[in-house]
Amino acid sequence: MRHDVFIAGFGGQGVLLAGNLLSLAAIAEGKNVCFFPSYGVEKRGGAAMCTVVIADGEVGSPVIGNPTVVIVLNQLSLEKYGSRVKPGGTLVINSSLIDSSAFARTDISTYRIPMNEIAMELGDARMVNMVATGAYVQLTGAVSDESLAEALKKALPERNHRFIPANMKAVAAGAQQIVAQAG
Amino acid sequence: MGNEECRKTGEFCLDPRTVYLAPDFVEACVQNNRLFVKGNEAVAMAALEAGCRYYFGYPITPQSDIPEFLSRELPKLDGEFIQAESEVASINMLLGASATGVRAMTSSSSPGISLKQEGISYMAGSELPGVIVNISRSGPGLGGIDASQADYFQSVKGGGHGGYRIVVLAPASVQEMYDLTMLAFDLADLYRMPAMVLADSVIGQMKEAVVPHPRPAVDLPAKEWAVQGKGGGEQRIVKSLYLGDGELEAHNWKLYAKYEQLRGKEVRWEEFLADDADLVVTAFGSVSRIAKTAIMQAREEGLKVGLLRPITLFPFPAQAYARITGRCKKVLDIELNTGQMIEDVRLSVTKDTEVFFYGRPPGAGSLPTPEELLEQIRKHY
Repeated sequence: MRHDVFIAGFGGQGVLLAGNLLSLAAIAEGKNVCFFPSYGVEKRGGAAMCTVVIADGEVGSPVIGNPTVVIVLNQLSLEKYGSRVKPGGTLVINSSLIDSSAFARTDISTYRIPMNEIAMELGDARMVNMVATGAYVQLTGAVSDESLAEALKKALPERNHRFIPANMKAVAAGAQQIVAQAG
Repeated sequence: MGNEECRKTGEFCLDPRTVYLAPDFVEACVQNNRLFVKGNEAVAMAALEAGCRYYFGYPITPQSDIPEFLSRELPKLDGEFIQAESEVASINMLLGASATGVRAMTSSSSPGISLKQEGISYMAGSELPGVIVNISRSGPGLGGIDASQADYFQSVKGGGHGGYRIVVLAPASVQEMYDLTMLAFDLADLYRMPAMVLADSVIGQMKEAVVPHPRPAVDLPAKEWAVQGKGGGEQRIVKSLYLGDGELEAHNWKLYAKYEQLRGKEVRWEEFLADDADLVVTAFGSVSRIAKTAIMQAREEGLKVGLLRPITLFPFPAQAYARITGRCKKVLDIELNTGQMIEDVRLSVTKDTEVFFYGRPPGAGSLPTPEELLEQIRKHY
């Protein structure tokens, strides 16, 4: 078993938390994980990216040139990384903030999910990353929902544990989008 | 200050629940004893576990997680954390602390390590242990904050004046950040000389699972040279100044003998699929990880490619190169610079071996991908 995902957006969208969550969930399942972050010097608004590799065996490179799954949360990320998805791989686009009408790759599967709208309907736009995480887990089965819920407890400070139910709803909503679009 | 206590080996001297992790991650720590931490945090954890209670440093990206962690945890262990006024001050504080026989550490990143070179030379001359961590960044000059291996020469050839060497260890995973930091303290004490952990922002900033372990049992010499207050005993002097006839020459040969001993006894390296390889890739640290994936991809294509990864950069594992190139006549050296380790590789391989080079000088967007290294492998195979 081997999964790799590249998540890109701007600072404040929760890119790094999403990567951390996936990593913690995979570690709880006894897998090997490498989480490699990269972000601008700005606290908000700069580019934020991370690569997560999950493997039963050796993880190998923390850097992946052509990731199997790429999740882009803003326009710039699509323009920079849309071409990097491995042929046969999957691209997940946050259609709330991205105009992908000009994006025309046919050798990959593409999902367009209005992540900001979904997150706002559930009460908070900051849950965009949870919608994305839910979509990824549904696509790949890289980790289980239970591990993800468990990971949320580890990744969030205690004072924020009251937000876990809402976050898990966002995860479910992201998964639902994949089911609907794939069906 | 708890130093005797932390000389004990074989058991944790720290309570992982209180020390290793920010409160948010306590649960993860207790579960399975696998901690999901940054490479930089693993360095700090290992230093504490190795009995280091004194840290002197000055902030600089991308290593600041190390002082951040230690500033939080050292006071709880009756240790001392000092953010010095400069890198020059902090290396001299390390010199002073080491002279008293305690385990102590400093960390910085390339421009800061340059500033520390005078102190490192004085420590080498005074035969003082002490651990220096370089989470290197790109240069020359202010350069940038991206991952770089351009400090290879500075680290392994004696970065300051006077023709000395220090132990240089190159971790390639978060687990090795932990293991090799601990080893650095032991080698420094065993050989009475400074030891450096040399990594970059890839290894420092990435997170992986770490299995922490207590300090291994190592037979360390008593520090009979340490200056701890004369009391009724003999006077002890720690110095690097030798003015008497022939004194300094003898001192230099004594240091040289230690370096030879290190070359014989302390070389460490990793071989991966090297036994039947027709092309051996050699790389250290972060790039060796990227190369490993490229090698696995090459193997899937039926190319017999292996990896030779030096773990000790000084002492350099020359014997491993000599042995492998007794059979395999093609070596591809990959570095995040324009070619530094390759000089040591060329000196170590057998005479009829071809050594190829692929380098990416550091800078934003210049980290090679496995796919890119696979192309290089195909080209030279």
